Amino acid sequence: MRTITRRHAMKTAAAAGLTLPALARGGLAAEPLKVGFVYLGAIGDYGWTWSHEQGRRALDQALKGQVITSYVENVKEDASAIPVMKDLAQQGNKLIFTASYGYMDQTLEAAKAFPDVKWEHCTGYKRAANVGTYNSRFYQGRAITGAIAGMMTKTNTIGFVGSFKIPEVVMGVNGFTLGAQSANPKITTKLVMIDTWFDPAKEAAAAETLANLGCDVIAQHVDSPAVLQVCEKRKIYGFGYGADMSRFAPKAHLTASLDLWGPYYIERAKAVLDGSWKSDDVWWGFKEGLLSMAPYSKAVPENVRAAADKIVADTKAGTYDVFTGPISDQSGKERVAKGQQMDDKDRLVMDWYVKGVQS
Amino acid sequence: MNIGFLIDALITVVGVTTPILLAATGELVVEKSGVLNLGIEGMMLIGAVTGFAVTLSYGPDFGDLAPWLGVLAAAIAGAASSMLFAFLVLTLGSNQVATGLALAIFGIGLSSLIGSGYVGMIVPSFDSVFPDWLASDPIWRVVFGYSPLVYFALLMVFAVGWFLNRTRAGLILRAVGENDLSAHSIGYPVIAIRYAAVAFGGALAGVGGAYFSMVITPLWAEQMTAGRGWIALALVVFSGWRAGRLLAGAYFFGVLMTLELYAKASGFSFLPSQFWAAMPYIAAVLALAVISAREVAGSEAPACLGRPFLPNS
Repeated sequence: MRTITRRHAMKTAAAAGLTLPALARGGLAAEPLKVGFVYLGAIGDYGWTWSHEQGRRALDQALKGQVITSYVENVKEDASAIPVMKDLAQQGNKLIFTASYGYMDQTLEAAKAFPDVKWEHCTGYKRAANVGTYNSRFYQGRAITGAIAGMMTKTNTIGFVGSFKIPEVVMGVNGFTLGAQSANPKITTKLVMIDTWFDPAKEAAAAETLANLGCDVIAQHVDSPAVLQVCEKRKIYGFGYGADMSRFAPKAHLTASLDLWGPYYIERAKAVLDGSWKSDDVWWGFKEGLLSMAPYSKAVPENVRAAADKIVADTKAGTYDVFTGPISDQSGKERVAKGQQMDDKDRLVMDWYVKGVQS
Repeated sequence: MNIGFLIDALITVVGVTTPILLAATGELVVEKSGVLNLGIEGMMLIGAVTGFAVTLSYGPDFGDLAPWLGVLAAAIAGAASSMLFAFLVLTLGSNQVATGLALAIFGIGLSSLIGSGYVGMIVPSFDSVFPDWLASDPIWRVVFGYSPLVYFALLMVFAVGWFLNRTRAGLILRAVGENDLSAHSIGYPVIAIRYAAVAFGGALAGVGGAYFSMVITPLWAEQMTAGRGWIALALVVFSGWRAGRLLAGAYFFGVLMTLELYAKASGFSFLPSQFWAAMPYIAAVLALAVISAREVAGSEAPACLGRPFLPNS
């Protein structure tokens, strides 16, 4: 047997090395796009994060083989999010969605460090060459639930458990109130902001307080079904937020506006795959399939269903917009003239409540 | 402002206060024995997820009894998690503050892990203790209409107060907390007593956590105690380590937290909303400042609080 000399080993290794590119070429061409997701809460929250997770799964299904997705849960909205985002980029993710308002500055900073990664920030307003923003017209869903609330309240007092006074939430409160007023001009909305996205005990206490103060329909912009559980116990009505929460309150849950992020995530992944991605500020709604309504419960009478369905249809057709004037703020000053539609850019910085909101 | 309104408000206050009262009562005993357990938040969450999981699993077999099993399991789980802390701190002599914080973080993580399979499920809650005609009566429900854990919490506060101040065993526990070396030289088993105290504290913290997942909102969600463990900790200090003041302090906190919601819902937002949310903590700081200003060279804290007991060193 011939002795294996060092020279011989080197020759063989070099020959083997030369064949590698031929083997690799086939694999590189079909390398899947790695997509990362940064979540605020747990995917099991049956609310905000859960619906983003459904969107991610829809992406996995639709572009099977072309994308590999991954996610990180429970990322706090402070500086600790930056290492998480950078880590996702370092793992090879080329498209990263950061799914909460509070990730705005962190996304920009991570994007500066990874300029060849495409970043998408949900519900924000700051962009860069490789950072886009995306948002959903949640207020469209609020207009519908508001109209249902206006028609079903017996005390003409409806409640809203909110989180922070940021434009997204304010739009929701105003959309809900304006929608209710369009069906029942006498209503008042009692608003409680609990200064957190998630605290089931506090959400429950807030809902109890609203019920004690006379509200018989309560909407929410917080991340657990606690409010609905209180509504069920007190035998009043409520709406799910972002997802169908009827399992937690079979009698109280009238309907919910559903966040469907799938269509957007699929569209953006395709854009990266075919190279057409550019930083954009997307604000989609019912028409583009980002929102829909959960089935109505038995408690919703026929005439209310018909009215709500009409609003959905008109919204999809583009003939109805809840922020159409005349709209006055709490002090009585007119903010939107009769017949005018509020500008998108004014909506995105909304920090005032409409007349009829008691805050 | 009619009587019905006041009753409703009072019921909300009781609901908000009870879990904090439970956890704080447990921590009172722990601190009186000289141990500082900062891991209340973690123990509460472990109790919450255990109580929920056990009630859910045994619901079909035991029906009405299932919630009671769940609470028992929550107490045991809370005590078990505190034993981890106790071993590190009492037997190995590690730093109590750091270990307590580690327990809190561990509890948050472990409960999230265990609970991940239980999200989206609901459990039946307790039957009321008193007959329906009392519990649902529009006026008397303010006294008789609560979940059994509320009455248990009140019972516990009185029991602990009586135990600490009127029994020999309570005296020994306090002695261990004030001067562990003297107690040791007299012949009392300092470490064993502290183990028992920590276990008791863990059990009550577990029940306090179970109150969240089984009474307030019968569901499981990660970190659902949302920082109440830290309020319980502040409450023990705020109360000057006295059971009577603990009860008053807990309800004071509860009133503040409920007041915040009523103020917002009624439109009294002349103060920024975040200020209202910070009120319980601001009140705690103010109370501590007042208490320490009145004391001379030291405080009402047990003298050995937070110090490891190593008799051979």
